[in-house]
Amino acid sequence: MIQPLLQTGWKFFLIVGILLCFGLWAIYAWLWQIRHGLGTTGLNQPVYWGIYITNFVFFIGISHAGTLISAILRICHAEWRRSITRAAEVITVLVLFFGAGSIIIDLGRPDRMANVFLHANFRSPLLWDVTSISIYFTASTIYLYLPLIPDIAILRDTIKSRRWFYRILALGWRGTAGQKKVLERCISIMAILVIPIAVSVHTVVSWVFGMTTQPMWHSTIFGPYFVVGAIFSGIAALIIAMALIRWFYHLENYLKPIHFNNLGLLLFVMTLLWFYFTFAEYLTTYYGAEPSHLSVFYSKVHGRYSLPFWTMVITCLIIPFILLCNRKTRTVAGTVVASISVIIGMWLERYTIVVPSLSRPRLPVPFGDYHPTWVEWSITAGLFAMFILLYIVFTKLFPIVSIWEVQEGRKHSLTEVHERVKSYMPED
Amino acid sequence: MARWGMVIDLDKCTACQACVLACKQENNVPCVGPEEAAKGRTITWLKLIPFIEGEFPHVKARFIPRPCMHCDNPPCVKVCPVRATYKNEEGVVGQIYPRCIGCRYCTTACPYTLRYFNWNPPEWTEELKQSLNPDVSIRPKGVVEKCTFCHHRLQKAKEKAELEGRPLKENDYIPACVETCPAEAMYFGDLDNPEHKVWELARSPRAFRLLEEIGTLPKVVYLMESEWQSGKRS
Repeated sequence: MIQPLLQTGWKFFLIVGILLCFGLWAIYAWLWQIRHGLGTTGLNQPVYWGIYITNFVFFIGISHAGTLISAILRICHAEWRRSITRAAEVITVLVLFFGAGSIIIDLGRPDRMANVFLHANFRSPLLWDVTSISIYFTASTIYLYLPLIPDIAILRDTIKSRRWFYRILALGWRGTAGQKKVLERCISIMAILVIPIAVSVHTVVSWVFGMTTQPMWHSTIFGPYFVVGAIFSGIAALIIAMALIRWFYHLENYLKPIHFNNLGLLLFVMTLLWFYFTFAEYLTTYYGAEPSHLSVFYSKVHGRYSLPFWTMVITCLIIPFILLCNRKTRTVAGTVVASISVIIGMWLERYTIVVPSLSRPRLPVPFGDYHPTWVEWSITAGLFAMFILLYIVFTKLFPIVSIWEVQEGRKHSLTEVHERVKSYMPED
Repeated sequence: MARWGMVIDLDKCTACQACVLACKQENNVPCVGPEEAAKGRTITWLKLIPFIEGEFPHVKARFIPRPCMHCDNPPCVKVCPVRATYKNEEGVVGQIYPRCIGCRYCTTACPYTLRYFNWNPPEWTEELKQSLNPDVSIRPKGVVEKCTFCHHRLQKAKEKAELEGRPLKENDYIPACVETCPAEAMYFGDLDNPEHKVWELARSPRAFRLLEEIGTLPKVVYLMESEWQSGKRS
């Protein structure tokens, strides 16, 4: 599991090079936008928000990968979590950066960002976002770092290069019983804390839309709907990340088909749950038949936004359902295809929430169309590229599968689980 | 304290758009040019909203001048993260241009879609620069702007009244659009002061407000003789 940290092949540098190209081009596009103003995007009146806000909601949604898998599976004592918790937690910590970054890119005056802290108006859902996401970022970083400490200590004692780096971060971990007890306690506390924080994050993100009075935004279902969507896209992102790590670093022994099967089952449940919320939302809108709401509804169902909308339905419901309902197709490849489909679909889901409501306002406006420009697409591609880049840099600095947790599993889990199941059974 | 409001008599309005132009002139609103206008980036603090019924040649069109409603329960003020938009004691919803971070939350929260954003740096030709109004600040790119009920005119009127040692009279403070209207279809004043014309007109049986049912409590009142009342429909 330390192999990737010691050896780096040419493929790695090639991929880094490609990703850096996307990243640098995105930076160029952003500088272009800063110089010339947001007029370089396709945004207009009434579509004031477009791809950047879609990216923001999408990236923050993906951040639910780490928490839910890692924290909830830990609390449920699910033994199969051991090889995947680290990969999940890294996703969360990194992707929050890009979520927050997306909002900054969307600002007309990013140079005045400090005003958010100097003149904070806590009645604004955007301030709730800032608070919640900051807390979540701090908590996730701690929650990533704590279980990382024993592994860093292993690296400190094993690897010759960068030893000073690992020595500092290991915080003097010696693996004594006392230290282990404190660590377990801290991890347990964080695992419990991080769940309500994560739920609050995507709830307040949804309330940016839900708290306005705009048709098909002002919906009470938005809080839970977005949380479900976040968990949905988070699991999909995790499956893809796991598959890539497994392939590139030959970790077939640690990331086995059973892991993908279990995550695939979770993804299947989330598919159904997501569909339930979406169906409830659209049926309610359609049945109520309020004209200003129907205008937005029809623009999605057979109007200008019908292509993204129906693609979303196919990629978020039909493809995952078919692939994941059957054990035979719930293989590594099957779950990865379903996950890629979900990622595409969930991005489109965010898009079809943000743009159509803005494009069909209550009062007549002369325009309602939105055509994103090269600036927006370049920056979007760059954000994805830089996220992947930072992720693979992490895998080169730290083991992406938690060494000590797998070892602990090997040593203790069988007896623990045996005792646990025995305690469920009636006494002899 | 005064509660400034506007009344627009649609039975007098000829949709000539003199008010729209007067507003642009008074408030240094930039012209964005034909390419940007085609992309939907025109800034018109006051705009005529078309309500079109029917198909050509049996079209029925009504044009309603729509300034900022200066709502008493403004959704835009609630959502601004930096309080760059706020409602003052006299009911005017203002905009602090140097503080605005350009997040455009207020523009998406406004149910009337009447807020505008400076997508590009504003430009004027040399000739137009000479007619810029020195009382109104020029907004840079990346900030939101909207109708202010010509608040700079209120400040000037108050200063003048104070200098002359008298209270503010009804006609001391009039926004540019109201002053310009050739049909005299627009009225402006203190909605809480029975001596002002708007007080009486706002209570007329012809009065209605846009999107009243949302509860924004807009302070722009429209007067229109409904066809039901005038007997055009049976």
